[in-house]
Amino acid sequence: MTVTVAGLVLASPVMVASGCAGTGRELAGYAPLSTYGAVVTRSITRDPRPGAQVPGIAETPAGLVHATGLPNPGLDGFLATELPWLLTEGARVVVSVVARELGEYAEVARRLATAPGVSAVEVNLAQPDAVAAGVLDVREPFHVGAAVSAVLRELPRGVPVLAKLRPDTVRVAEAVKVAADAGAAAVVLGGALPAALPDGRDAGLSGPAVRPLALRCVADARRALDAAGATCDVVASGGIVTPQDARAFLDLGAVAVQVGSALLHDPTTAARLATALSTPEVTP
Amino acid sequence: MTPVHVTAEVLASKRIGAHQHLTLVAPGVGERFRPGSFVAVSVGSAAERWHLARRAFWIHQVRPLGGYAATVTLVVEPRGPGSRWLAARQRGDTVEVTGPLGGRAFALPKEPVPVLLVGEGYAAAPLFTLAERLRERDCPVSLVLGAADEAHLLSALEARRIARSVTVVTGDGSVGARGTVPDVLPEALRRSGAAVVYAAGSTPTLHAAALAAEEHGAWSQVALEQQTTCGTGLCLGCPVPVVGEEGVARTARACVDGPVLRGDRVRWGDLR
Repeated sequence: MTVTVAGLVLASPVMVASGCAGTGRELAGYAPLSTYGAVVTRSITRDPRPGAQVPGIAETPAGLVHATGLPNPGLDGFLATELPWLLTEGARVVVSVVARELGEYAEVARRLATAPGVSAVEVNLAQPDAVAAGVLDVREPFHVGAAVSAVLRELPRGVPVLAKLRPDTVRVAEAVKVAADAGAAAVVLGGALPAALPDGRDAGLSGPAVRPLALRCVADARRALDAAGATCDVVASGGIVTPQDARAFLDLGAVAVQVGSALLHDPTTAARLATALSTPEVTP
Repeated sequence: MTPVHVTAEVLASKRIGAHQHLTLVAPGVGERFRPGSFVAVSVGSAAERWHLARRAFWIHQVRPLGGYAATVTLVVEPRGPGSRWLAARQRGDTVEVTGPLGGRAFALPKEPVPVLLVGEGYAAAPLFTLAERLRERDCPVSLVLGAADEAHLLSALEARRIARSVTVVTGDGSVGARGTVPDVLPEALRRSGAAVVYAAGSTPTLHAAALAAEEHGAWSQVALEQQTTCGTGLCLGCPVPVVGEEGVARTARACVDGPVLRGDRVRWGDLR
């Protein structure tokens, strides 16, 4: 079942969400990476980051609270080792990027623009612990527009920008319109909700616990974009586990879904979902 | 060691002391196992997904049983909601299991050198199959087993079958000497003349084993028990501060870069 997302033709509407595939290698043992519509990398920063030195994931009813500190090898390390490997495994690669300020977003995008094999760039504007993690704290819709423009300006035609936004039910309509105006070909709703770990550290909340919020955001986003006459796609994420979950989002106008925290519980979830969605639903 | 994700069936569940020994039919897990690898278990009903994080358990034994070629036995100490749920599973129940997991299991010496195995409580589980592999290589095996009390001591009888010498130590003195594992390590190392120390237990015990090994001029291999969210390497949530090649400080993942690490590579002071 192919779908068109942000102008890209993908083999499946099921994508692997950012930050839940390790380096990609750890996921590849359970199903070929070509099974997924796309693999979104963990968020890559300009410079390498070791990530949190103390465990930063806690279980909460039907969810996970997490603050891993964005561990990643930096752009150079990613381009030298991880990206080529993902491509040889047949993955459609969407690179998630996050930066401290707009200039750094532009710099990262400029270097990604010359890297072969990057299908799209997902701009992480939903980091739930942005201040603690030392990255751009996206509080206002104009921040969304500025970051999307900064990245888009540097990318060649044919490499679309996906804007990953906070599932903020109050301001989602405003944020998606700004993202679409700035040229985002799709919005991803949503990232983790700002939350705190039991010890009070800033963190994000993900998992089935946030699904109803994500569902509302997707519905409002689609309505707002349609009302504004924007062609921007909506990609859903937020606690998707079962084919029923995915269909609920698709029925509201999402063109694809991203599976994240469910993979930590069962690494075969996204592959099973891709299979389930490729076969038409049988109504008894 | 490519892991598989399977629905396992409980073949047997036996209470021994404070532990529940759970034997699973988990096709593909036992066949690929090495001493020091583990499984990640889902807790609760798959339909509810109330508990998203998984619980990691050492593979204690792999053996043919009940017509199955490679059943997998786990040692569960019921402590939190996850381990209590798993310990309550009955014969015929099913559990979602991913395994065998771990990027690095225990590394075996090429030469038949004397070795010391150090285990504490239920965490000593992976040492028994390790001892068998070491004996196959003609390594003289000595063993230190410790626990808070007799109920929490793992298979001391089994230990006497597989090891040349066994030192047992309990916190309350209910069996063996009274004390802790670190108390008896220097003497055990001296007597065994071990060239390699293999340790599995709490972080302070692993640290003590790594230090004692270093003082004694031995290598150490420590099986870390970090809290895992996924166990598979996907979540990036189990950081272990280590000293990498060329002496550079790095952050490893306990699940895929471990769980067994060289004791002298761990930055113990930074480990939480």
